[in-house]
Amino acid sequence: MSLETQASIGQEIASLRDPGLDAREKTFIERVFANQAFWVTIALVVMCGVMSYWQPVFATEDNFFNITRNFAFIGVMALGMTPVIITGGIDLSVGSTMGLVAIVCGLVLLKQPIHYMPGWWNAAAWTHSWWMALMLGLTAGAIVGWVNGVLIAYVGLPPFVVTLGMLSAVRSLAVVLSENRMLYDFNPNQAATFKQIGGGENFGFALPGGLRLSNPFLILVILTLALGLVLKMSSWGRHVFAIGGNEQAANLTGVPVRRVKVQAYVLCSLSAALAAILSVGWSGSANNSLGQSYELLAIASAVIGGANLMGGEGTAYGAFIGSALIFVIRNSLLMAGVDSNWQGLFVGAFIVLAVVLEKVRGRRRE
Amino acid sequence: MLLEPGEALGVMGDNGAGKSTLVKIIAGNFPPTGGEIRIEGQSVHFSKPVEAREKGIEIVYQDLALCDNLSAADNVFLGREIKSGIGPIRWLNHAAMVKRAGELFSELKSETRPRHLVRQMSGGQRQAVAIARTRLSNPKIVLMDEPTAAISVRQVAEVLDLIRRLRDHGIGVVLISHRMPDVFAVCDRVMVMRRGRKVADKMIKDSSPEEVTGLITGAIHVA
Repeated sequence: MSLETQASIGQEIASLRDPGLDAREKTFIERVFANQAFWVTIALVVMCGVMSYWQPVFATEDNFFNITRNFAFIGVMALGMTPVIITGGIDLSVGSTMGLVAIVCGLVLLKQPIHYMPGWWNAAAWTHSWWMALMLGLTAGAIVGWVNGVLIAYVGLPPFVVTLGMLSAVRSLAVVLSENRMLYDFNPNQAATFKQIGGGENFGFALPGGLRLSNPFLILVILTLALGLVLKMSSWGRHVFAIGGNEQAANLTGVPVRRVKVQAYVLCSLSAALAAILSVGWSGSANNSLGQSYELLAIASAVIGGANLMGGEGTAYGAFIGSALIFVIRNSLLMAGVDSNWQGLFVGAFIVLAVVLEKVRGRRRE
Repeated sequence: MLLEPGEALGVMGDNGAGKSTLVKIIAGNFPPTGGEIRIEGQSVHFSKPVEAREKGIEIVYQDLALCDNLSAADNVFLGREIKSGIGPIRWLNHAAMVKRAGELFSELKSETRPRHLVRQMSGGQRQAVAIARTRLSNPKIVLMDEPTAAISVRQVAEVLDLIRRLRDHGIGVVLISHRMPDVFAVCDRVMVMRRGRKVADKMIKDSSPEEVTGLITGAIHVA
């Protein structure tokens, strides 16, 4: 059979197929059902329903305020982690970054002079202002992320190793800078403003119906919407997904792969810095052990929400709902009177369950 | 090596003959150790693939360079997305990209759907996506590295049709292939390489599969 006849037969077969019956064109409902974050949301709603029925304390306004604030810190970190995971990377250093940023903020706000800083620094007022704490905290976070990103994207080292090293190095830096003290004796005026950022509610406004939402939670909601928009609507977001799907292809088609990767790691560390700033403001003290093992919670949140550690998949809403689920599980167990040492087991089981779900859905998709 | 507009040139040779290296040099992936590339009489030098693309050279890589997790339209526009916006705030114009990708696919008479994920596509459809990408910039030359190596017989026919259509649009096509029938089905001219050298450059109508086989293996030295 000549190639020409093969070709014409091929076309006939193609034209016989009715394009209207194409099974791969999914309806909206099918897309929703295929979405991991949707199932996590269902699980969360069911869990909240059961808890409200069984423990009326759960459904109180105070408990809602507390849970939403508690998961906001991890939620913000999980949002930052999401683009990194989508590129196929991972950032294990975010917990330590929190510790470092907390100490940097604490040192700026501290009433006593710092003996290893120059005299003019200790003497000046502006070096101890709340905005200086904010700026230096974010800068410290950005530097950690930049070093991570450059080592990964330009030097070509594996993300796991680079950020594992950074986890250790940055924590040690936090301990050294703080001289292993807990910092809490702050300059009262400046610290009041700083504490208001993380500890306040409703951004200082009164919400209708007396509704109370913590600032960290409101920030989390805003950042979730922002990241969702960026991932969906910007070419940067598109490039992040392309890198996770096929880095070589992204490179060949002119995507600035290395630059985008560095930006993703900087964003991730900045989110950890923000979480630390909110956390210090809320607790009113800076401890160099802040954020220990939080990197695992942030990664777990993103993964439970549908981010794929192999890269190429993940959503902002998934990170949000994943962190919410983890904290509702923890809160529910506490209320049910389960020893808090058991929490890790349940959270761990949910992480594995989420990945199993992902696997099952993936098989159906092939 | 010479390529006219609207001409399809088949490049053949055994493994390691230098076919892929040749197209990668033309596409700006590797710098040449010597020699000169001229487009429409003008000498050009590329240090990056993007520069070659700006001069109207597009390449379809052997592994297609597609992202499985993105849709066909996303892949076509990867790295040169259509954006709209107000002032400095720019966002992706999904509708325009899907529409343009759909037009490109129908120009290529491919049944590929712009919104489908590449992960779920057949080999022929993937080729269509990779080829549609080259049509975005109205290129002068399209280089294709083994486009039919890893796909089924029916899909080969589809891809050969795509090549004919590129040629009919006045684009010069360089087709690297191991498959004699493909080259004889769509190419106007065939060039044979052996150990990094050109050993033959003939019109298809003046040659035969037997002669080309002889040239590839070295049974015939030069034609």
